[in-house]
Amino acid sequence: MSAIAVSGLRKSYGQQEVLHGLSFTVENGEVFALLGPNGAGKTTTVEILEGYRRRDGGDVRVLGVDPERGDRGFKARIGIVLQSSAVYHLLSVREIVELFAGYYPRPRPAAEVIELVGLDEQREARVRTLSGGQLRRLDLALALVGDPELVFLDEPTTGFDPAARRQAWETIRDLRSLGKSILLTTHYMEEAQRLADRVAILRGGEIVGTGSPRELLSGHASVEIRYRRNGSEVVLATEEPTRVLHELTAQALADGIELEGLEVHRRSLEDVYLELTREESE
Amino acid sequence: MRLFLHELRVQQLLFWRNREAAFFSFLFPILLLVLIGSVYGDEPIEGVNASTFLLIGLLGYGVAANAFASLAITLVVRREAGLLKRVRGTPLGPGRYLSAVIASTVVVIVLQVVAQLLLGVYLLDADWPERPLAFAFAILLGAAAFAALGLAVTTVVRTAEGSSAVVNAIYLPMAFISGVFFSTEEMPAFLQAISEVLPLTYFLDLIRASFVEGESYAASALVVLSLWGLAGLIVALRRFRWEPREGLAST
Repeated sequence: MSAIAVSGLRKSYGQQEVLHGLSFTVENGEVFALLGPNGAGKTTTVEILEGYRRRDGGDVRVLGVDPERGDRGFKARIGIVLQSSAVYHLLSVREIVELFAGYYPRPRPAAEVIELVGLDEQREARVRTLSGGQLRRLDLALALVGDPELVFLDEPTTGFDPAARRQAWETIRDLRSLGKSILLTTHYMEEAQRLADRVAILRGGEIVGTGSPRELLSGHASVEIRYRRNGSEVVLATEEPTRVLHELTAQALADGIELEGLEVHRRSLEDVYLELTREESE
Repeated sequence: MRLFLHELRVQQLLFWRNREAAFFSFLFPILLLVLIGSVYGDEPIEGVNASTFLLIGLLGYGVAANAFASLAITLVVRREAGLLKRVRGTPLGPGRYLSAVIASTVVVIVLQVVAQLLLGVYLLDADWPERPLAFAFAILLGAAAFAALGLAVTTVVRTAEGSSAVVNAIYLPMAFISGVFFSTEEMPAFLQAISEVLPLTYFLDLIRASFVEGESYAASALVVLSLWGLAGLIVALRRFRWEPREGLAST
């Protein structure tokens, strides 16, 4: 059984349909990233899977359960990090983690979870004294304290500095190595490329690309070769950079010319993302 | 039940940890009783002596301060901070959460009522309630009705910043017009007319009846207070929101 199975998911707000029949699955133990510009429907999709919103059509199974009918047992098996932090500011880190531990049938020890997210030094600090990045890590701790099988992370590293982001990635990798399934939304392609086993790219409520980061890249010419000739830029996109580069340089040597500004660039997930999410009008 | 007790303990911790809120809803009604009580005379008012009249008024005021004002402000602030949404994503469940929050409010009310009775009787020479069971029932009915109204009022407050302004604009004038501090009989006719529809007026009537031997509740007071509570409950059941406003706009 897949951790998440979605088929033909539809959702409207008033007259406007915002999800036009999404289908995807997240396998057990997999890190799956939902990518897409603001307004593409990422959070709506995640909140339907978490049980916060009702769908208007299609079939959704999360850990084998329809989240609209998710009971206590279901909530005990998932962990949720919402897009914005929500914590009691007057409690200490330890107190709030212990408080949330009390909601779950088989919680992990609070101290262990606090250490996992790297808040050891702030354990006795009041929540209101934490920095923005520390608050997000506390959010993560609260989502993990129930020892969930599946974790939803809605933009978990937005606003982090690069060092904090790398630390968060380590934590997410740790979770994956514990066998947790993870559904992640993010604006950062580097994050998806480094963490996700598979991604789905959303645009305007539809999936416009899905697969592993490698698969998404391979559907497109994966390497770009750029140089200037007579002052104008030439771009060659190719699947076979070795052969193309060899031919190009051999010709240049034979002609006795220098290839000005020669660059070889491997396309990233970001290039593919920008192509797939580009507005049609452009 | 274990989860409910866990959450009740959590809510008590959160209430007392928030010193400003605890001052205004718990301590302030008690302080008012002592401060104003020291300047009241001995003239009987509405069938009881002056200090008993004031004790009754501030018992009602305290219940409204906790069950209506403090509950509503707390829930709006937590809703807009995303805490209600977060709690709904845990196995605790919305029903158990709200009942624990309300039970915690009742705990505070009981402590406050005991403190007010002791101070009123021993410091200000007020009377004990002649009919303790009727008194307890009146307090609990009032707490339930005002809690329902508190839940209802959260549905019309849009921001955390606005919550105490809106709530205080409702319950402070209500306390005055309903006769917490002065008898409504001494008020101008139009204020009396308003006081005759306010729930706190009838709540005070119920408490007052329990202080007088041989008196029974006026049926009208029971009916009006219950109807207010019922109306609040209906609004709350239909319109209570768990998500912050921003949550609705974002996709």
